[in-house]
Amino acid sequence: MTQQKKARRPSSKTLPKALTGIQGLDEITGGGLPSGRPTLVSGGAGAGKTMFGLEFLVRGATQYGEPGVFMSFEETIPDLTKNAASLGFDLGRLVAEKKLFLDHVAISRHEIEETGEYDLDGLFIRIADAVKRVGARRVVLDTIEALFGELPNPGILRAEIRRLFDWLKQQGLTTIITAERDRPDKLTRHGIEEFVSDCVIVLDHRIREEISTRRLRVVKYRGSTHGTNEYPFLIDEHGISVLPISSLGLDHAAPAARMSTGIDRLDGMMGGKGFYRGSSILMSGTSGTGKTSVAAHFVDAACRRGERCLYFAIEESPRQVVRNMRSIGIDLEPWVRKGLLQFHAARPTYGGIEEVLLLTHKHISSFQPSVVVVDPITTLLMVSTLNEVRSMLTRLVDFLKTQEITAIFTSLTAAGGDLEANEADVSSLMDTWLLLKTIEVGGERNRALYVLKSRGMEHSNQIREFVLTNDGLRLLDVYLGPEGVLTGAARMSQEGREKAAGTFRRQQLEGRGRELDRKRQIFEARMTMLRAEFEVEEEIIQQSISESKLLDAELLQDRGQMVRSREADTSAYKKVGSAPAARER
Amino acid sequence: MPTAKTRTRTQPRKPAPRKPAVWKLRLYVAGQTPKSIRAFANLKVLCEERLKGRYQIEVIDLLEHPHMARGDQIVAVPTLEIKLPQSVQRIIGDLSNTDRVLVGLALQQVG
Repeated sequence: MTQQKKARRPSSKTLPKALTGIQGLDEITGGGLPSGRPTLVSGGAGAGKTMFGLEFLVRGATQYGEPGVFMSFEETIPDLTKNAASLGFDLGRLVAEKKLFLDHVAISRHEIEETGEYDLDGLFIRIADAVKRVGARRVVLDTIEALFGELPNPGILRAEIRRLFDWLKQQGLTTIITAERDRPDKLTRHGIEEFVSDCVIVLDHRIREEISTRRLRVVKYRGSTHGTNEYPFLIDEHGISVLPISSLGLDHAAPAARMSTGIDRLDGMMGGKGFYRGSSILMSGTSGTGKTSVAAHFVDAACRRGERCLYFAIEESPRQVVRNMRSIGIDLEPWVRKGLLQFHAARPTYGGIEEVLLLTHKHISSFQPSVVVVDPITTLLMVSTLNEVRSMLTRLVDFLKTQEITAIFTSLTAAGGDLEANEADVSSLMDTWLLLKTIEVGGERNRALYVLKSRGMEHSNQIREFVLTNDGLRLLDVYLGPEGVLTGAARMSQEGREKAAGTFRRQQLEGRGRELDRKRQIFEARMTMLRAEFEVEEEIIQQSISESKLLDAELLQDRGQMVRSREADTSAYKKVGSAPAARER
Repeated sequence: MPTAKTRTRTQPRKPAPRKPAVWKLRLYVAGQTPKSIRAFANLKVLCEERLKGRYQIEVIDLLEHPHMARGDQIVAVPTLEIKLPQSVQRIIGDLSNTDRVLVGLALQQVG
């Protein structure tokens, strides 16, 4: 009972659902197939119906504790086992563990002669017995319509099949009934869809422009919302993966955290902090503008922080990328060895765009990176139309955002084309758009980059020249000339001119300083002279002062002697005598 | 033995199967349903008429032996299995169409 509850996630109050475990399908159906009810899976030959049914049972048995019964009306059990092994499922083990029961229903027409009324109790008994043996909660009937070719009297057969479905419902078995679809206007060859009213899924395998794509569509799901688009899906060694075209709403989180671009001055151009975590960055430019180098810087910086990066190299082989980046001083190899960086190289021409998307999804889901680089997205246009690429990128960007993965998409712009117009149809998906270009001036090409847009942050509006050095990418100082930003030789000559002007100014300054010194020296010399003159004068004056004082004193003395000699009143002379003398002065 | 492709029910079958000395018949049913009872009665009548003393009927109730449905590849019931020297013939239904049963039993040529 507890196992059963695990499998029936109450995503919808009205309808219990059974998770299929098929990657992506449970998202589209909002929790799986209707639990305890039959689901019709219809598709043409080779559409993947049997694989769908098998995976449903295997996932049920291994992940949700729901054993299953597979009734095969076409393939023999050894064939089934072999086919399932190609999806990585070991049916033999599951059968041995009593989690799965396989039964091959073989009827050869030439043995059968109808002599009256019959029913399918034989089949019922077989299914009931198989269900009982493993305690099955899930049943797959693949493909029950084969009975129409083997048994006479379609009228009886139809009635019996309806009775079978009713019985399966009564037993509460979640059932998948596969059916061959040979005409586009009909779901099944014999119209058994009318007995299955709950859920109908159509699988399709079509080839367009030599590229095959498998698609899945939920045609009907009574009592439940479901994605109605055609979803591409893939069958590979890990089973089926369905890719939801996009999540239903734009409700992903918008982290405010920032992460460095790995180039200091580029960070500086974006408010000093770099990209938003979980944002999508488009980097477009003509060939040889250094798109991969900028991406490599970002990857390198992320790996340095111990974050995981996934690099989809669509045009170059991983080794080539590593080698080339080493030439600008970025060694990615240690990160690869440490398992922080994973490269995936695949030419989209090989599998078609949907497959690229699916593979991308799968790799991202299994590696759980925080940074993804797709270099370049433009190659995808080779295998598809612009519309499809756009829709694929929308889905990819959506997916990455829900996972809060920062992504860099590089885009090769055709030389001579209008850089900004070419990308206009994908750029609206992107949060940040870096444009790399070569500026052709004075017979040379120089690289430059600018931030065309960056949502939600202040960013520089300058076109910045950069050079690729042995030591990485370096953004240079900005030199503005009469015709815009100066680059290359023009920049250097401007630098030279500025240097010359600087020298001149410095020399002028130095000259003035020297003049000042000289003036000071003259001034000081004059000061010394003046002081010397002053001292001479001072001496003379002092001398004359002291001489006259001496004279005074002598005069007084002479008078005193005179008084004394005349015996006059000395005191009167002493008192008054000096005063008139002072006054006289 | 003609192949399945060259033969349908409406076409006459050509070389007649060799007849066995004793007909071994096995009737698969699922419980005592009106159909199975009818099938058994029809078979009994026919055998008494045409094969008196030269037949054995084994009735297998699949409800009691469900694994035999799988082992013997039974889907529809009732199924009558006739072991002929060169092949095994199966007839489904309640055996009310006597002519067809006789064809199956290699007792009657069609057409």
